[in-house]
Amino acid sequence: MISMNDFLIVSAVLFCIGLYMIVSKRNAIQILIGIELMLNAAILNLVAFGKYDRFFNGGQMFALFAIVLAAATTAVALAIILNVYRQYKTIDPGRIDNLGDE
Amino acid sequence: MSLVQILFYVMSFIALGSALFVAATKNLVRSIFMFFVTLFALAGLYVLALADFVAITQIVIYVGGILVLILFAFMLSGKETLNIIAQQRSKFISINKVAAFLLAGLFLLILLNTFFKVDADHLAWITGSVRFNNVITPTAAMTENIGVNLMTKYLLPFEAISILLMVALIGAAHLSRKGEKQ
Repeated sequence: MISMNDFLIVSAVLFCIGLYMIVSKRNAIQILIGIELMLNAAILNLVAFGKYDRFFNGGQMFALFAIVLAAATTAVALAIILNVYRQYKTIDPGRIDNLGDE
Repeated sequence: MSLVQILFYVMSFIALGSALFVAATKNLVRSIFMFFVTLFALAGLYVLALADFVAITQIVIYVGGILVLILFAFMLSGKETLNIIAQQRSKFISINKVAAFLLAGLFLLILLNTFFKVDADHLAWITGSVRFNNVITPTAAMTENIGVNLMTKYLLPFEAISILLMVALIGAAHLSRKGEKQ
């Protein structure tokens, strides 16, 4: 059987790759991909520990909810990114530095 | 070493390698398409963790929905600005990335240190659930159980998340329409 530590290590590395992307990238879409990577690392942990809950499926159920929430978040975030691009003609978060009404 | 373990190592290698490629490459389109591979490998890992329904949901929602959305957003935001960003990024290669790399590396160190100290296979609740035969076996069919639980024990979160999904989709459609004034 696969030990829990293996899942934990894989998800920790995925989480840190997502963290690296969020901090270092200068493009909102790539930052969004980094957030998705971190979410997937967390879901991997939920699913791996969900193996030990056969009757109520707590981990798997929470993973399903997290996936649906990620979908909703991504839809809203991409709509915001499109709006920002329309307003500023760039999606670099470092260069979006004033409010919209001017 | 059993076949399951070999499959686990292959899947996690694919997932981590493609995630590293996603983080390292300069080409945005290529990184989005490598993210497909990461998500598929993660679905494989979910299957190996005996959660086949979650794996199918992952493929349907992430690969079918979210990635297509990301591709849409990429295609709709102009290509020229992205090229400018790429040039800037290659100029500022040192300071920005070293700080991010340091942060991620130290965080990984802390996480791994914690995991090796915790000894996750022998936690109290895990040994308890093994004793009460509360472990999903590889031959068990969990989808029916998930459906029954979703309609009984988790009915309130299910309804809340459905309303939240509707709110988010209406909000996204409202945000991304063309303004009348502009």
